[in-house]
Amino acid sequence: MSSTSTAPAVALEASGLGKRYGRQGAALEDCSFRLPAGRISALVGPNGAGKSTLLAMAAGLLRPTSGTLTVLDGAPGEHRDRVAHLAQNKPLYPQLTIAETLSMGAELNPARWDAACAARIVEQGGLDPKSRIRSLSGGQRTRVALALALGKRPELMLLDEPMADLDPLARHELMGTLMADAAEHGTTVLMSSHIVAELADACDHLLLLGGGRVRLGGGIDDLLTAHTVVTGRGTPEDLTRRGHTVIESRTAGRGLTALVRRDGPVDEGWATEEPSLEELVLAHLRAPAAPALLTPSTTPAPQAVTA
Amino acid sequence: MVEYRIDRRSGVATYVQIVQQTKQALRLGLLEPGDRLPTAREVVEATAINPNTVLKAYRELEREGLVEARRGLGTFVRATLGTGAQAADTPLRAELGAWAARARSAGLGREDVDAFFTAVLDEHFPKGDQ
Repeated sequence: MSSTSTAPAVALEASGLGKRYGRQGAALEDCSFRLPAGRISALVGPNGAGKSTLLAMAAGLLRPTSGTLTVLDGAPGEHRDRVAHLAQNKPLYPQLTIAETLSMGAELNPARWDAACAARIVEQGGLDPKSRIRSLSGGQRTRVALALALGKRPELMLLDEPMADLDPLARHELMGTLMADAAEHGTTVLMSSHIVAELADACDHLLLLGGGRVRLGGGIDDLLTAHTVVTGRGTPEDLTRRGHTVIESRTAGRGLTALVRRDGPVDEGWATEEPSLEELVLAHLRAPAAPALLTPSTTPAPQAVTA
Repeated sequence: MVEYRIDRRSGVATYVQIVQQTKQALRLGLLEPGDRLPTAREVVEATAINPNTVLKAYRELEREGLVEARRGLGTFVRATLGTGAQAADTPLRAELGAWAARARSAGLGREDVDAFFTAVLDEHFPKGDQ
């Protein structure tokens, strides 16, 4: 994998970031995290967790009400030419044809536009460049929007539910195209989705939002290794007494099954297993009071704290 | 060139699947010393998995001395897992065979043996110990 030498080590850094919409309360509250460059990060959380808000703020389309957000070493929107944002409703001009849409992309991004890449994505979907956007299905529009985003050769891609309305074949193809682009250019990707299992193979980093805050942040491998599913005869207190944090526990007959954040090895007598990404995410969503965990690479620098 | 097949439901880590499938291709002679493995880009384009997963698998294969990365050129097969390696393992295999026969005559079923074997395996090759 290669990346340009000018690329910053941190693609996105948030510090005390918050967003309120009118009097409705906070969509995001005191979010602090950092996304290292070159990561392919899943942005996961329940409906209303603030995923779209965070992506739109990073794209410079919404202004934070508190805290700071740094995007590729600049303010959000400052490096618009190096950032691609794909909003959930895939806004495109309905009256334009696909070919016109792509030449608009070329004109708006004269320095970086990769016409061959954009054309290939459209072609792969069997789309006629002369068709108007208006006549396309939701999934076909998504394909054109992704062609526009990838053709821009961005350093950072912000994708809001990119795969939601694609058929399984298109989903696999476009995810493959996205991964190939990241492999070749070291693109940083932050993409939201509800379908955790789908992201598990493509992403190497996770940001889990819940209640407007970051609940989990870090490399997926690191986050999984930090947690264990234990099964055995005992009580949650037996585990907490040893310093482990019980995120979620269930008793079944004589046994207890718990997802714990380990502090050192778990006592013998407990059967242990590494959780799947889905188990980890669900356990944290079901336990809103569980403490947040950010791995060191995802924790913002202390001097970045703002008033 | 090998083509990797990723089974998302197998419960086997994706990078391990790539390692195993490469070894299988070596055993079957589908890959020979000097052959180039597909690039990370080629693998992820076909499988839609994370590029780092492929690199992790290739590093593991390199650590085992089976492949070598040549800067700017790709990853190439160095060694073979042909009959030579299996012949060298024959005494170990024979011992295991004898043990399995004793287990069977002691009345153990296939699942008992499987559980036994997994427990011993975990003991001697802890999961975190790569």
